Amino acid sequence: MLPGEIFTKLKNDFGDAIIELNESPNSDPWILVGADQLFDIFHTLRDADEFQFDYLMSLSGTDLGENLGVVYHLYSMTHRHKLVVKVEVPKGNPVVPTVERLWRTADWHEREAYDLIGVRFEGHQNLIRILLPYDWEGHPLQKDYVTPDSYHGMKIS
Amino acid sequence: MGLLNRLDDPYEGGGIVLGKIEELLNWGRSKSDWYLHFGLACCAIEFMAMNASHFDFMRFGTIPRTSPRQADFIMVTGTVTFKMAERIKILYEQMAEPKYVISVGSCSNSGGPYWEHGYHVLKGVDRIIPVDVYIPGCPPRPEAFEEGMMKLQEKINKQAIFNKRKLLGTE
Repeated sequence: MLPGEIFTKLKNDFGDAIIELNESPNSDPWILVGADQLFDIFHTLRDADEFQFDYLMSLSGTDLGENLGVVYHLYSMTHRHKLVVKVEVPKGNPVVPTVERLWRTADWHEREAYDLIGVRFEGHQNLIRILLPYDWEGHPLQKDYVTPDSYHGMKIS
Repeated sequence: MGLLNRLDDPYEGGGIVLGKIEELLNWGRSKSDWYLHFGLACCAIEFMAMNASHFDFMRFGTIPRTSPRQADFIMVTGTVTFKMAERIKILYEQMAEPKYVISVGSCSNSGGPYWEHGYHVLKGVDRIIPVDVYIPGCPPRPEAFEEGMMKLQEKINKQAIFNKRKLLGTE
């Protein structure tokens, strides 16, 4: 199934929660969705017979300046189709519902996005840092991150 | 290496070797260095090639140990992040004297590609533990490992055991 068809079907089910379809020739087509109904949308994408996205290839966080974003790459082993879904949340309160219960692989991916970008995944059962030390302050892949002078007495730069 | 030279050319009449006890001890120490391998990045992959039969690192008398308490030197191969730096320091402190450190590769020597902008990388392992031999390269060739190991043996051979303030061979 092509992303355009998936977009139309989702639009019928979820209405305004499905914001935009972007079919730029420079990248894979992607669908922008709202954060509120995110879990239900992904539940449908995973379990509906026509979609069956049983594989979350990648979950990544992005810093878009005003907003923080999360990008989901989905793949269906059964239908062999792909989909890219994006969600954007304001930097002041970057809360996105977790999809960890749908795809187990999202557990560590969400922890990484939280660690480096600072997206908070609501409902995640163990949202702690995965790469950086637990007592690290800030999220270093944010564009406005200021590198501290030292860490535990070791000079950084 | 005074002792070995005399083995080649023994005291007239044969059977007697003259030498200093320090040279004997250093000869033994430099030819049986056990190491703790701290593999952190691609330098460790190169070190695997060094350990395999083509280059045969064990011909130097080195044996890999999994415990710092049994090791004579520590081999830091790769990018030292701050998270790992604290572990390295703890392991170094657990080693028994005399202990040595070989720093392998650009990252471990100076931070390498993370020199300017890495928020998470220690800019050289010599900022937390004293390094005896630096092996340059990104990653170094196995030949460079051999050179580095010979430099360490050279250093051990020159060390005075009883009067620590002077090097052997200097009066």
